[in-house]
Amino acid sequence: MGIEQYSLPDEKGHFGPYGGIFVAETLMQPLQELRIAYEQYLKDDEFIKELDDDLRDYVGRPSPLYLAQHWTDLNGGAKIYLKREDLNHTGAHKINNTVGQALLARRMGKTRIIAETGAGQHGVASATVAARLGLECVVYMGAEDIKRQAINVYRMKLLGAQVISVESGSKTLKDALNEAMRDWVTNIDNTFYIIGTVAGPHPYPAMVRDFQAIIGREVREQVQEKEQRLPDALVACVGGGSNAIGLFYPFIDNTAVRLIGVEAAGDGIETGRHAAPLCAGKSGVLHGNRTYLMEDKDGQIIETHSISAGLDYPGVGPEHAWLKDTKRAEYVSITDEEALAAFHELTRIEGIIPALESSHALAYAAKLAKTMSKDKVIVVNLSGRGDKDIHTVAALSGIKV
Amino acid sequence: MSRIENKFNSVKDKASTALIPYITAGDPKPQYTVKMMHTLVEAGADFLELGVPFSDPMADGPVIQRASERALKHKVSLNDVFDMVKLFRQKDNETPVILMGYLNPIEVMGYTLFAKSAAAAGVDGIITVDMPPEEGADYLSALYQHEIAPIFLTAPTSTDQRIQTISGAGRGFIYYVSFKGITGASHLDVSSVEMNLKRIRAQTDLPVVVGFGIKDAASAAEVAKIADAVVVGSAVINKVEENMDSEEMIMSSISGLITQMKKAIDDVVC
Repeated sequence: MGIEQYSLPDEKGHFGPYGGIFVAETLMQPLQELRIAYEQYLKDDEFIKELDDDLRDYVGRPSPLYLAQHWTDLNGGAKIYLKREDLNHTGAHKINNTVGQALLARRMGKTRIIAETGAGQHGVASATVAARLGLECVVYMGAEDIKRQAINVYRMKLLGAQVISVESGSKTLKDALNEAMRDWVTNIDNTFYIIGTVAGPHPYPAMVRDFQAIIGREVREQVQEKEQRLPDALVACVGGGSNAIGLFYPFIDNTAVRLIGVEAAGDGIETGRHAAPLCAGKSGVLHGNRTYLMEDKDGQIIETHSISAGLDYPGVGPEHAWLKDTKRAEYVSITDEEALAAFHELTRIEGIIPALESSHALAYAAKLAKTMSKDKVIVVNLSGRGDKDIHTVAALSGIKV
Repeated sequence: MSRIENKFNSVKDKASTALIPYITAGDPKPQYTVKMMHTLVEAGADFLELGVPFSDPMADGPVIQRASERALKHKVSLNDVFDMVKLFRQKDNETPVILMGYLNPIEVMGYTLFAKSAAAAGVDGIITVDMPPEEGADYLSALYQHEIAPIFLTAPTSTDQRIQTISGAGRGFIYYVSFKGITGASHLDVSSVEMNLKRIRAQTDLPVVVGFGIKDAASAAEVAKIADAVVVGSAVINKVEENMDSEEMIMSSISGLITQMKKAIDDVVC
């Protein structure tokens, strides 16, 4: 990657061979309008001030960087800090992005927002900002995910959103994305599509990254304040990859900082029942961009499996694909079982209930810490809180809540 | 001269407008597809649009999504689709066959192998819904080399500048999507279509084909007055779905629909 400053994507939205714009013609011009508006407002002082005010007073930023001393001691290696995105309003990092995109939607004169959601966190974050700005909100969610995330479905309804159950395909996040795209193409005049992850056609991967990069910028300041230096490794879970890219992005040029993305190995990579396209997939085109995908030999997208609905996605943001190929970031995987163990361990030893998604990052960080000396520093993105997952976890223990 | 040009010329000689039915290859069963193609031609189809099934058909409404799902139950692949076209060509070397699908199966096969195999099978053109010309340098050069026409969509949202880009890259014909939406919806507004066709024709000499939202003989006839060809998709698939249990009923119902549509077109146009 050399000494040249990292400045991707290029003007057409490419990260090397990845990213780009692969959509039906009807969406080409609206995406161009979105790109122009986004680039304009990114340089608009008033917009940035409004965004910063909202992030501080409504979301509750900056989120703390917490030294998990007990857990560090238990693992007996590097110091582990947790970036507490779970303490944000609505309980996850997703709101950083929805606040930004909703402000953009309003400035573009759109009156209706749509979103796709897997675990429901992005849907809740979208419904939340829509309620506040008085925008109509429709959330698409796979029928399977609606079953396993009932609490979030009810939260969205309380917030005034319409939740549409998606019955096509595998009835999970990828199908919700297909359905949201179909809605968008139909209602393009008044509708803004808030994509929740760093995937989709340009400018979404760059735009969502820029809204999430507040995570990494805060970590830079906070860790230097506490440790007087940059961390040795950053660890985050990767489904679509928004919380990971948000943490990694401000550190890309600091090549001494290891960037580690943790995918969902589900039942184990070797079983084929997983959601780890970077670890075990190959390049292809889906949902408007070229990236690593889980696909069969004919190019059909295959069904994924993960205990966490938020990681249950067959693709990944194109920037992660590029960071993998260039070896700037490393991508590993953690099984359902390992994530669940980390979920219980952190809950009991630190009094923090992590989301099952974030538990994947925690499980890998624990493994990693053990291999590093005590003067080393790891920052884990605790991207969301686990309240939404207690039914899943209880059911696995044979308990009905 | 290509099969596509020949067909447009012969339709023009009859002072008619071409009718292009769409079916998804392998729906409801792979062994029906070639017979369905011949049946459609006998009933009056001038071109055939053959859908390549894909797991995530983002531009399609529920009717064509279900067709794709049914075909994928039989694991219909691009190579299977080529075999079907090859078989069809044994008896019909005149009717142009246009494939329609999404990029990923082609991307996985590789553009060069795709273009070569398509040409060998007797395919005439390809509409790849999620491949805009801007991303298509390698894709286009493979298709040009093997004389497969890359056909691009234009939409009500396409600016004049985009229409120019599309006209420059496209071959065979330009496909105009009649409204903002997905296949099978019914927002057809003929006066808006007419206005947009003028905009497109100002930029290209290629024939302009209209699709999306043509659901019966009446709407086909309306659009036929202003277009060079009319595509009908979900309406055909509806017939397939209604008669899924009987091969005979499928053949007679799609034949009936196309006969009726072709007659309605000829009545208003000729």
